[in-house]
Amino acid sequence: MLNRLSLLAALTLCTATSALGQADTPTPGGKLVFVAPYGGSITSLDITATPHTQDEIVAKAMNASLYSWNPETNQPELELAESVEKSADGMTYTYKLRDATFHDGAKLTADDVLYSYNRLADPKRALPGAEQILSIKGAAEVQAGTADTISGLKKIDDRTVEITMTSLSDPGWVLMSNYAPIYSKDYPEDQLASKPNGLGPFKLANYVPGAKVELEKFDGYYEEGKPYLDRLDVMLMEEAAARDVAFRNGEIDVNVLGPTQYEAYKADPALAPNILEVAEVYTRNIGFNPKVEAFKDKRVRQAINYAIDKDLIVKKLLKDKAYPAVSWLPVSSPAFDKDAKPYPFDPEKAKALLAEAGYADNLSFSVTAQPNESWGIPIVEAIIPMLARVGVTVTTDPVDGSVMSDKLLSDDFQAYIWSNSSGPDPLHYLRCFHSKTPQSACNYVKYSNPEFDALLDQAGNEPDHDKQLAMLKQANNMLQEEAPIWFFNYNKAVMGVQPWVHGLKPNSVELAIQDYQDVWIDDTAPATRKQ
Amino acid sequence: MMGFVLRRLLQMIPTILAVVLIIFFIFSVVPGSFLTSLMSEGRNMTNADVLAQMNAQFGLDDPIPVRLWNYVSGLLQFDLGISYRTREPVTSVLAPRLWPSIQLAIAAMTFAAAVGIPLGFMAALRPGSLFDSLTMVTAVSGLSVPEFWLGLLLMYVFALQLGWLPSFGYQENSLRHLILPAVALGVSPMALLARTTRAGVLDVMNADFVRTARAKGVSEPRLVRAHITRNVLVLVLTTMGLQIGSLMGQAIVIEKLFSWPGIGSLLVDSVSVRDIPVVQGAVLVIVLWFLVINMLVDIAYALIDPRIKVA
Repeated sequence: MLNRLSLLAALTLCTATSALGQADTPTPGGKLVFVAPYGGSITSLDITATPHTQDEIVAKAMNASLYSWNPETNQPELELAESVEKSADGMTYTYKLRDATFHDGAKLTADDVLYSYNRLADPKRALPGAEQILSIKGAAEVQAGTADTISGLKKIDDRTVEITMTSLSDPGWVLMSNYAPIYSKDYPEDQLASKPNGLGPFKLANYVPGAKVELEKFDGYYEEGKPYLDRLDVMLMEEAAARDVAFRNGEIDVNVLGPTQYEAYKADPALAPNILEVAEVYTRNIGFNPKVEAFKDKRVRQAINYAIDKDLIVKKLLKDKAYPAVSWLPVSSPAFDKDAKPYPFDPEKAKALLAEAGYADNLSFSVTAQPNESWGIPIVEAIIPMLARVGVTVTTDPVDGSVMSDKLLSDDFQAYIWSNSSGPDPLHYLRCFHSKTPQSACNYVKYSNPEFDALLDQAGNEPDHDKQLAMLKQANNMLQEEAPIWFFNYNKAVMGVQPWVHGLKPNSVELAIQDYQDVWIDDTAPATRKQ
Repeated sequence: MMGFVLRRLLQMIPTILAVVLIIFFIFSVVPGSFLTSLMSEGRNMTNADVLAQMNAQFGLDDPIPVRLWNYVSGLLQFDLGISYRTREPVTSVLAPRLWPSIQLAIAAMTFAAAVGIPLGFMAALRPGSLFDSLTMVTAVSGLSVPEFWLGLLLMYVFALQLGWLPSFGYQENSLRHLILPAVALGVSPMALLARTTRAGVLDVMNADFVRTARAKGVSEPRLVRAHITRNVLVLVLTTMGLQIGSLMGQAIVIEKLFSWPGIGSLLVDSVSVRDIPVVQGAVLVIVLWFLVINMLVDIAYALIDPRIKVA
């Protein structure tokens, strides 16, 4: 099963990449009409003030961070720095900044890096982006109000900056975040939300709140010859049915697809060749709250994993727009164990485990769920009869997104179904199950296992990359055995792309976030894209 | 007249206060908050310290009476507060949404009146005819068809199949972008206007003064123009006023479907993240629009029918 899954993922990646990457030499000029599908509006053009993916789709075009995510190698890489040197103890990094220019014409300097990270940590500003820089030494103290500036940041000269971290983790994992961009220290802060000034390939041309963001090529962008496009329009389109019509009508150049549309696009010979898909780093799961007595027993949690036919749900309800999950870390994670096998569908084994644990026919619980077609109420409705067959009664507790987090943070739930980030940094996301991680962070199931903690701590202090990966694999396998959650699926993100669009990448972190500077359109594009 | 306008403006105050209180208390008791909405995607975690700082900055940890007092006292100075989400004044968040909403409401009503009133009139002049039956079937269908489905159908036919109009989006001063959402939103009031007009005309046609005028030899065209139309207009105007007043609030589904940046879609987005100051501001705008339109309708009564006094 696993081999089939891995092969499928690999093939998918290859197919998607090759199918959409056949183009020849990039042609400069033209306009791309992109889509931000996660809401009808955006929160702010200052990405540090928001934690929402919808805003990131726009921010990625206008800003740049010290590192960036390379969707092709699945690794963070230097972006605003030409080179980096690591100290002997592996805690301090010295970056030589590249020659880059902000949209207002100012040059990037070390002061801008210091300003940007200190600003993020400033408690008075209360910026969600602060989460990204807390592993820099001294950032937590600034945020706690016990220091004014981050002690781990040091300007060596105008083009050189030194950053000291609190652990041996590669700083690229956090400093690549689009939520921690580098801003100009001299730019008025009160204009960041209305007239952003970044280092990205596009600058703001026009913003119609609730409708669209129009961007134009920034001629001073640091990559020679890029961006290829002259204009980039990001349409804020939440309704999937409306996006479908607009895409088929050629009004938009990409369409993020749900399960139903995925099935329809695959069956349409005109659309099928231009589907971009990738295994994203989201793990859909049902978390078991140990305050329900039965969930303290590993056999009960394992029994639920055996009792549900997730392959069937993925095939029938999700129309194969997902990969059945093996454990917590997704297939695209470097610490994913290709030899591990998922829980098979085995109701008899589930019954035996429940009987052994003393819950042969007396277990009932409710699942707090949002109305999401891929990881919400429809999925709970599908598992109800499956679990009923092994003597478990499940009910649904329907909520919206805000109430969901409220219930989880206040421990007011028995079980929940959700889609959570599980990558790309395996160490960071396995820490969600470390006993020291509070429930309000991401240890929603209050998982506590000293053996797991020790393994994770050891991995965090391991300077050898390969050894660290081996430990993380082991920790991930331990999680599977312990089953603190029902491992449902890893998201398969799917995007319909117009045939004239090239350079889009299968970004496993979030498919809707693209390296716009690499995107271009060919001669077959309609006239409206060439104006 | 000025006295009437002033009186009506004063009468709005208790209505507005009631709306403010209702919205405030509803969102004080419903579960979920702006802070928890920051984590609703299950993707990016927001640090607990940042959440605590936001809580303090937005006054979310103040007791409910303090929050209410702050809001009402701000409102009395025309200060609607700060949006939790965008951190801008609520008025700045509402302002760019207002004109698209008004445009859509007026365009939908124009379509509804231009089609519904003549249809209703003509149906009433030929009661029981095939035309009358067809008009009423259309009216009933128009009232019962879901806006979302109708909007999609219009997109499919006029954008995808015929290629005449764009399927979505907003562009300033672009009639082409306005037509489909306006028609989708206007079909229901059009149907209601057709039915109301037909009923009104039939009623007036059977009135004593019409029979008298007819007995006195007044020609049919003059009868319709001078006697029937004028008397039906009050009823039609009332229906139109109520409809256009409520269109801004009703436009939520259409705005979402067509990515139209109006007050309705802003309201939905703000509710989902519990941006309460913006929710309150958007509801206030919708209520004010309804009240002002109805006041204008009352004034129009006097212009149409001298028997009605508004002073």
